[in-house]
Amino acid sequence: MKIIYSLLGLILLILLLLPNFVSDYILGVFVLIFFYAYMGQSWNILTGYAGPISLGHSLYLGIGAYISTKLAMDLGVTPWVGMWIGGLGASLIGLAIGFLGFRFGLKGVYFVLLTIAFGEIGRLTALHLKPLGHMMGLFVDFKPGLANFHFRGNLPYYYIALGFMVFSLIVVRVLEVSKWGRYFVALREDEDAAESLGINVFKYKMIAIGLSAFMTALGGTFYANYIFYLHPTSVMSMWVSIEIIMRPIIGGIGTLFGPLIGSLLLTPLSEIARSYFTRAGLEGIHIVIYGLLLVTAVLFFPGGIFSFIQKVLKPILGESRES
Amino acid sequence: MDLNLVLQLATSGFLLGGVYSLIALGLSLIFGVMKVINFAHGAMLVWGMYIAFTLMNWTGIDPFFSFVASAGGLFVLGYFIQRTVVNRIMTFHEAMQVIAMVGVMMILENMAQLIWGPDPHSPHTRYSLSTIWLGSVMIDIPRLFAFLLAILMAAAVFVFLKYTDIGKSIRASADNRIGALIVGTNVNRVYAVCFGVGAACVGAAGSLLVPLMPISPHTGFPFKLTSFAIVILGGMGSLPGAMIGGLIIGVAESVGSVFIPSSLKQIISFGIMILILLLRPQGLFGGKGS
Repeated sequence: MKIIYSLLGLILLILLLLPNFVSDYILGVFVLIFFYAYMGQSWNILTGYAGPISLGHSLYLGIGAYISTKLAMDLGVTPWVGMWIGGLGASLIGLAIGFLGFRFGLKGVYFVLLTIAFGEIGRLTALHLKPLGHMMGLFVDFKPGLANFHFRGNLPYYYIALGFMVFSLIVVRVLEVSKWGRYFVALREDEDAAESLGINVFKYKMIAIGLSAFMTALGGTFYANYIFYLHPTSVMSMWVSIEIIMRPIIGGIGTLFGPLIGSLLLTPLSEIARSYFTRAGLEGIHIVIYGLLLVTAVLFFPGGIFSFIQKVLKPILGESRES
Repeated sequence: MDLNLVLQLATSGFLLGGVYSLIALGLSLIFGVMKVINFAHGAMLVWGMYIAFTLMNWTGIDPFFSFVASAGGLFVLGYFIQRTVVNRIMTFHEAMQVIAMVGVMMILENMAQLIWGPDPHSPHTRYSLSTIWLGSVMIDIPRLFAFLLAILMAAAVFVFLKYTDIGKSIRASADNRIGALIVGTNVNRVYAVCFGVGAACVGAAGSLLVPLMPISPHTGFPFKLTSFAIVILGGMGSLPGAMIGGLIIGVAESVGSVFIPSSLKQIISFGIMILILLLRPQGLFGGKGS
């Protein structure tokens, strides 16, 4: 265990010093890597640890982004405060969806379809709300300053995104060793057995979806203040949910480092593919390649890449993890 | 409320619902047998559209005849996808299955964009704007043809499943996978044919939609989501359910546009889907709950 912690400390140190050595463009790629690792980790809490598969996390991203942005634009509330309010809003919606889904005992693909349906209803509703810019979308006025969460260049965003990512790692690590986290895993593995041991399955699923939605919405605030443009199609469509879940699934679902590893692999790949192939005038080919990679990754690493790495490293690091 | 308008919308929704039914039939067949949600269903629809569109441009064959070619082409594609991807992921975690099928969707959709370009096409047919009047209700001829041919195609699928040997094996594998294995069914072949037939349904539906709407590489997405709603309404894996569910959703979306803007019409499908999921997850025509 000690080796792993010192290794992580070293990696963190390198990441903290990295901006001194790379260009602004590369920093931008790292911002996306951390952002998607954070979003994936938030999703991982619900699906990876507690079990119910959500394909509607774009809804929480959108709610967080819109609430904090509207608060900042109309009432002058700084996004640093607004993000927590957005998180609470998303959490309430998540709890409502969870209440329906879990109370009525939806499992597997049925819960997936429920989350898709709510996500799409959210997107269609947002598309028709005048205060959210209607069909035009919402442009965030650029007012640089720490209080406004707006900055020039990628450097401040790099450190904020890194902070988000480290925060999510800590939350999930604390969760992993806590009572809650162990209950999550128990009910993921066998709900009936968990229930028969006296675990309140409904309660812990609700905690998982509330926490997951809350954290996803915090990421939504970051997104809004990094991209400066919100449109229901770009923040709330099913495609956004797919982007969120892709990385943790490829990296290793239900593992601490899965989302980060998935994001470290997939985010630069999608960036490289995009910048190289759209220039050649072959629009779409980068997504074909990306799709091929996804399918290949699923076929060859059905347990995710992290469990593969674990298997390879086990003889070197010894028995460091109990799972 | 104008009764005539409602009747008019209900008729046109009912006719489009026939095509919805055919799309959902393919999805439900695939889910019923393999328990995999085909996230590439919308992309397959687009391929069916473009095959018909290309045949029309090259040889002048009408989409209402070339739907047979679209069905054939998509059968081959579906068979291939099942063999290379779906067959290997059937035992995986459901989230893994979703990602693999999304990968297939990305490949198919953007291949279509590479081949046929990103711009929408609206092919014109001789009968594009012709209509007949049934009392005070106007009926669009292309919609009527699309409806009749969709029902014909669905009937052909039902006959195939009911009377051919491989069709019987497909139903047996859907009922009881292990039982089918025990009596010596070649389950791999059955699965591949089944996925092919499901793809053929959606391919034919794509062809039938060509005279009705502009086609572009990304038109499949809303259809896929609507067909999710239909399959839930009718019952996952229930084929008659998919047919009737398609008609219901077609009418509901169309008549709903009296009350809400038509760009919001999908909310009706999703609302129905949520209610059915909560209150009757086995669907209107499913057997006992899952």
